[in-house]
Parts: sequence; structure tokens; C-alpha cells
Amino acid sequence: MNKNSNTYIIIYASVMIVIVAVLLSVAAMALKSRQQANIVVEKQGAILSTIGLGGDADKVKDKTEYIKQEYAKYIIDSYVVDGEGNRVQGAEAFGLLDKLKEQYAKPQSERQLPVFVARLDDGTVLNVLAVYGTGLWGPIWGYIALGDDWKTVRGVVFDHQGETPGLGAEITSAAFSGQFVGKTIFEAEQFTGISVLKGSGASAGNDHAVDAVSGGTITSRGVESMLYSCLEAYLPLIRRQRAEQAQPELQQVSITDLTVENNE
Amino acid sequence: MESIFNIFIRSIFIDNMVFAYFFGMCSYIAVSKNVKTALGLGAAVTFVMFITVPLNYLINEFLLQPGALAWISPKLAEVDLSFLSFIVFIAVIASFVQLVEMIVERFSPSLYNSLGIFLPLIAVNCAIMGGSLFMQQREFLNVGEAASYGLGSGIGWWLAILMMAAIREKISYSNIPAPLRGPGIAFILTGLMGIAFMSFLGIQIN
Amino acid sequence: MFSTKNLKLLWGPLNMNNPVIVQILGICSALAVTAKLKPAFVMAVSVTVVTAFSNLVMSLLRKGLPNRIRIIVQLVVIATLVILVDQVLKAYVYDVSKQLSVFVGLIITNCIIMGRVEAFALSNKPWPSFLDGIGNGAGYGLILIVVAFVRELFGSGTLWGYRIIPESAYLHGYANNSLMLLPPMALVIVGVIIWIHRSKNRDLIEK
Repeated sequence: MNKNSNTYIIIYASVMIVIVAVLLSVAAMALKSRQQANIVVEKQGAILSTIGLGGDADKVKDKTEYIKQEYAKYIIDSYVVDGEGNRVQGAEAFGLLDKLKEQYAKPQSERQLPVFVARLDDGTVLNVLAVYGTGLWGPIWGYIALGDDWKTVRGVVFDHQGETPGLGAEITSAAFSGQFVGKTIFEAEQFTGISVLKGSGASAGNDHAVDAVSGGTITSRGVESMLYSCLEAYLPLIRRQRAEQAQPELQQVSITDLTVENNE
Repeated sequence: MESIFNIFIRSIFIDNMVFAYFFGMCSYIAVSKNVKTALGLGAAVTFVMFITVPLNYLINEFLLQPGALAWISPKLAEVDLSFLSFIVFIAVIASFVQLVEMIVERFSPSLYNSLGIFLPLIAVNCAIMGGSLFMQQREFLNVGEAASYGLGSGIGWWLAILMMAAIREKISYSNIPAPLRGPGIAFILTGLMGIAFMSFLGIQIN
Repeated sequence: MFSTKNLKLLWGPLNMNNPVIVQILGICSALAVTAKLKPAFVMAVSVTVVTAFSNLVMSLLRKGLPNRIRIIVQLVVIATLVILVDQVLKAYVYDVSKQLSVFVGLIITNCIIMGRVEAFALSNKPWPSFLDGIGNGAGYGLILIVVAFVRELFGSGTLWGYRIIPESAYLHGYANNSLMLLPPMALVIVGVIIWIHRSKNRDLIEK
């Protein structure tokens, strides 16, 4: 048969396409469950390291199993809140982690945001919130754990898609995220967020600020605005929780707050 | 509107295909010996990117990404064809390059001859494939943004190869250490130009 | 199986016929992953696998291949292999695959692979083609790893994530050179490697 005839080329191409299609679909289906498990474990691992756990993941033999067990042990509850800080019944928090970009793009009243509740071995209860923003090259995201007082930061974890390695990408390092521990997001009852200040030691003595990563100014600025706007989205919930715990005199301070109307 | 313009400027100067990602280095080094050929190849690359990035954007949006098939029937909403994206993107690019090749051959035989082997090789120019892959990763909101990204990245590449060709025409009279002649000095120059381009970091037009 | 001629296919690309620093192919996507040793290594292995198997497959197909659709068939074979590699990476080394992000996809447009298929596999038997693919992939990987070694050591003071430069050095005023981590430095390092390589092999020098 003539190798350059149209019939030959068409048959050749069709056979080729069928073989390739079968091969790729089989591979994709065979590996799909494993890939999805990886994604789940990665998120669970990130939530765990926000509360300072799961650090042995690289030492144990079966990382997947280890993370799953630890997650099941320490994360005692998770729920979804809407823009006014009410719990949404029947919504699944973990699945929302894939849709953070969409959720933060919506107006506040339509947002649904996940909250994870962890209880440590010593009985401390921590609340883990998910944040999402933009760095220099692409999206950045992370988790922030607030203590039982809904004010003090007990841990953060950041991740990114393509920040410059060694510069902006250092936001994932323990040296950067460790600075957040113990900082507070309220000055009296005024929401402050956490500023990321340029220059080594710039944040010394400041309860609401940390030092930026050196050489990663824009990424650092991205972290700051991500924390501010995302925590702001959680504010109705945070204020309500704080009001429930607060002593009477504290409530009077927060006269202008949403919490007053919502405080039943 | 601002965001389209912003993407355009960013993709030329900040996310420059050559200086920030080293895409399309093979033809960049090989075809930057004189300005005239560089001009032609740059134009071809820009044109191909301007067309293929938005085209691939539409394909990704309506065929490949998870849930993209929902517009045909809700039953198909679960289908995730994203594993096919590499092969579909490269097929779109290759067939489009074939088209450009035929057009260039027909209307400008002299350019066709001087570009030689590098015209079909546009298909495997990393800058073009890279443009489509970054488009997929960055999740642009509409086809206008994708087109502006494609055009900007193409122009950025064009600018880079043009600058390089101009410098190489000049330094052919310089006394460069013998082992560095040719590609060696071209790499180092590109690195230095890349450092210069980093001063554009942080530009934001809002 | 491993005659002198075949061994030459394997070792040639590591030195005198190196695809990156002599033939100037495949620099494209690769250098962006050389800021750290680990992703560079995974990238090198991935490219070697794809080069070797695309050479093998194309060499097997070469007799029945219609010339008019040659390029597109090559692209399909290469793209299929790359998708398989990408799926496997996502399933088994998820964290590295995340770091490599779009650069795995860019293996498709790595000029080495197309170049080797065109220049070697289409006119040679499967076994030598396979070896040629491994050799060229390894030659490429060698450069990648050397560049990553220099960049990670001087840029972060670590190798493969482990600290090499002791803390005490930092206390005495040593600082990491963050310039090393910036993309342009990868190019300068390759330029310097070419410089050294050509001053050792003077017949490669351009007139």
C-alpha cells in the first residue's frame, strides 16, 4: 500500500488516535483515586501543621495513613459559615477548600467559608480558618489558627503556586510563619489584621505585625492583604464568638459592632 | 478593562517569556545572530501566540476542565478531561503553525528561506506551549484576558530576541575570550538582561 | 547489546556531544526548575524517560510512518508520554509535581526530544535509539543537576533540602547569595559551564 496515499494516512491517524486515547484514559482512571487522595492528604496535612501537628509525616513509612489518623484524632469538628456568621446546615467544610477563590470573589452576603475546630492533647481548642489571595506571580493561600479567644494567632501555614523560590516562596518557611504565633488580630475591639512590615526587626514589639520575607516585598504585601480581607470575611463569626465569651463591660466597648445586633 | 491592560503590560515586561522563564531559548539563541531574521521570527511567534492562547482558552473552558462539558448536558458535568490538555494544546499549536508556514511560504519566500528549519520548530517553541499552559494555570476570567496575555507574551518574546540580535551584531566586533564566543556569551548576556528586566517587578496598573 | 558503538551513544552526550552545552538544545523550560536540587533531579529523570521512550517508539514506527504527518505523529507520541509521566508524578510524588507545575507539560516542547527523534530515531534501529535517548536525557540531566547544585548551595546553603553551610558560618557574617535563586543566574551559570567546557575542549570553539 502506498504510504503517502490519503487512505493510508487517515487509517494510520485513526489507529493512532484510538491507541493513544485508550492508553491515556486507562492511565488517568487508574491513577485518579491516588491523585485525589494526595490532594486530600495535602490539605489535611496543611491544616494539621497550622496547629503544630503532623510534623513527623516525612519520617513515618505511610504518610497518607499517618496524616489521616492524626487528622481524625485532632480535628474534632468542621462547619461552614455564611457571610453573617451563621452556621450553614448540611454544608461540607472540607469540599469548600477547593472553591475558596470563588467564595472570596463573591459579595460578603453570599459567601460560605469553612471553619475547622481542633482540640490538642492538652485540651486547648483552636479554630482553623482558610484564606486565599494573590502574590507576585499567582495565587497564594493558607490556613490561620485562632485560639479559643478568637483573637490570638496560634499558627499559620501558607502555600503558593509560583512565587520566586528563595524569595517570595519563603512565605512557606517556618521562619516566616513562626512569627505569627502569639500575634493578635484585634486592638481592644478594633480589627487590625496582621501587617507584614519590610525590614528585618521592623515588627519588634508590635502585636499586630510580622517581618516581611527579605526580597519578597510583593508576596509579603499579598500575604498582608490576604489576611486582612479574608479575616474580615470571617469577622461576623469572630465577633459573635467573642461576644459570647466576653464579660459585660467588653460588650459595651463594641457598641458599633455587628455583634450587638446579633447578640441574642 | 484595566485588568486586560494590566495583564498585557505584565506579560511583556514582568512575566517576560525569555527573561523570567527562559521559554523558547533554542530558537532564541540560534536565530538571534542578525536583526532581520529575529524580527521575522518574533513576528511569527507573536502572531501564533496571539491566536493559540485564546483558542486554547476556549477549548479548556468548554471541553477540558472539570465540569466543562456541563453545557452539552448536565449528565456530563462529572467528566474531567483535563488530563488531555497537553495533547490538545500541542495539536492546536502544531496545526496552526502549519498554517502560518504555508502563508509565509506563499507571501514571503525570502523570509521563509532565512527562517529555515525554525519555522516548523515554532510548534515546539516552549514560549508558545508555555503561554497556553500558563493560561490554564492562571485561570483567566474571560477570553479577552487570555488574548491579551497571548499577545503580550508574544511581544515580550519578540522584544527579547530583537534586543539580543542587536547586541550580538555589535559584539561580533568585540574581543571575547575564545571559549565564550557564540552561545556562551549569549547565555551570560541573557542573564544580565534578565537582571535588568527584574527592575520592572512590582509594576501594577490599576 | 552493549557494543562499543552503543556505549558511545550512551556516553557521548554526557560530554563532547552534550545536548545542552554543545548542541544548545532543550534549555527552554528546564532552567526554571533548577533553584533546588530535588525538582531538578525529578525533571532530569522525567526528560530521560520521555526521550528514551519516544526514541524507542518512533524508531519502531519509522518504517510505516507517512512523511506528511510525521511531525504531528511525533508530537502525539511525545505528548502521550509526557501525560503519562505527569499522571504518575501527580499520583506518586505529589509535592514535587506541584513544584514542577507547568514545566512537566513543557517537556513536550523540549527541543532535545524532537531533535533526537528527527536526527537519530527515524534512521536507526530501536535499541540504539533507546540508548541514544537515555544518553541525551542523562546529558541534559547532568547539566541541570550541576546548575541546581550551585544554585541551591550558594543560594540557600542547603542541598536536597539538608543544611550544608553550618549555622556558625552565618553567625560570622556569611550570607546566602539570593541572586543565585533568581532566574537570570541560571543562564549565567550555564554560560560559565560552556566557558569551562570549551576551554577544555578547544575544538568546539566557534571561529
